[in-house]
Amino acid sequence: MAKILIPTPLRQFTGKQDSVTAAGSTVGDVLNALTSQFPDLRKQIFNDEGKLRSFVNVYLNDEDIRYLDKTGTAVSDADTLSLVPSIAGGAARG
Amino acid sequence: MAELSLTNDDIQRYSRHLILPEVGMDGQKKLKNAKVLLVGAGGLGAPLGLYLAAAGVGRIGLVDFDVVDVTNLQRQVIHTTADIGRKKLDSAAEKMTAINPSLQVDKHEVALTSENALDIIKDYDYVVDGTDNFPTRYLTNDACVLLKKPNIYGSIFRFEGQATIFATEGGPCYRCLYPEPPPPGLVPSCAEGGVLGILPGTIGLIQATETVKLILGVGQPLIGRLLLYDALGMKFRELKLRKNPECPICGDHRTITKLIDYHQFCGVPSPNQPAPVEEKNVNEGEIDVVQLKAKLDSGEKFTLLDVREPNEYAICSIPGAKLVPLSEFAQHLGEFDKDEQLILHCRSGVRSGKACGILRQAGFTNVTNVAGGILAWSDRVDPSVPKY
Repeated sequence: MAKILIPTPLRQFTGKQDSVTAAGSTVGDVLNALTSQFPDLRKQIFNDEGKLRSFVNVYLNDEDIRYLDKTGTAVSDADTLSLVPSIAGGAARG
Repeated sequence: MAELSLTNDDIQRYSRHLILPEVGMDGQKKLKNAKVLLVGAGGLGAPLGLYLAAAGVGRIGLVDFDVVDVTNLQRQVIHTTADIGRKKLDSAAEKMTAINPSLQVDKHEVALTSENALDIIKDYDYVVDGTDNFPTRYLTNDACVLLKKPNIYGSIFRFEGQATIFATEGGPCYRCLYPEPPPPGLVPSCAEGGVLGILPGTIGLIQATETVKLILGVGQPLIGRLLLYDALGMKFRELKLRKNPECPICGDHRTITKLIDYHQFCGVPSPNQPAPVEEKNVNEGEIDVVQLKAKLDSGEKFTLLDVREPNEYAICSIPGAKLVPLSEFAQHLGEFDKDEQLILHCRSGVRSGKACGILRQAGFTNVTNVAGGILAWSDRVDPSVPKY
């Protein structure tokens, strides 16, 4: 099963785990398995049409899947997927 | 403008730079002649301002319109307790020139907007993005792309940070990485987020390092690479960051050729519009804290739910409130009676408003939100309750 690294903002949807595993032969399969395991995560990473949201990037190892085969990209057990959402904090007013 | 050379005082001050072959006299002169704009004099801007001033950057512009607040001091190390209430610009400029009296600090006491961004940025060689919100991030990116100014980017959240350089010649921009911002409801608000005070120090100094490297023209700049930092795991990771040929502002067929309305783009109210739901504004389905106090005192039968997180409950709470965090709210719906009167509060009223929505959708009819949350409770009912 591939390993998926969960960033801080999304850990509230994975029972606070920073890394989880899910089965699947493509990125799409793995993400579907992941979001069946953690249904609250689904609306965070997929839009209503079931497409990946444009502010959550998915990396297979260190490569953005948009430049591979998108959700059709093949995944092996040795691979690590990373979800990388945009964060804006900096000066943090208020 | 004529190039500034190094004085004898400079040579003494920067001696530990000058004996580095990668810096030397030429490099230090480049620093002295460099013009860097820091957007935001907060968490990221604080270490950036201090170290770039110390390193000998000749001219630093600061964009900020905020005043120093006590809650800033946990991380914004350029400001001190005595600076509370002062303009961040004045406080920061004072510290920077105290470190380096020959530094020129330009104080831009404005919010960066589509109207002023190009005019402010055009005078600088490099822009360092230390802002805290999506509209200004996209605005800074777009202005840097249009003006061809490298944008040294850093952002932080809780224990995690990201850094990279955008908008260099041939390199990717922020829109290549994230074409669109998240809709406002999907990201935790600043109050829910929190940040480890040291984190902006780490990320701000990565930005400072990259700025100095770009000025000197040494090393491998953080271009085309997104650096991720996880303070809890103490891990750095690097992801490939590619220029998107379809990017609407830096791609082959650009559709954005001038600055747009970034508040509209990000789906957030513009600062010129009245703020939604303030504590004084009590909407339908809400009561204010004074009404809540009266209900508690009258002995009326209802259940008061606090939907904040346990670590917030540990800071302060309203007597009689039962803790059911919003993050696990849906799992507890079975514990409530459909007809019982449920009154919900959180820190400021936003999260409890969301929880009210969850209850109403699940068929609960007698649901009320406490406008203004425990902050308003502290202001108007019990000042001994600390605000955070």
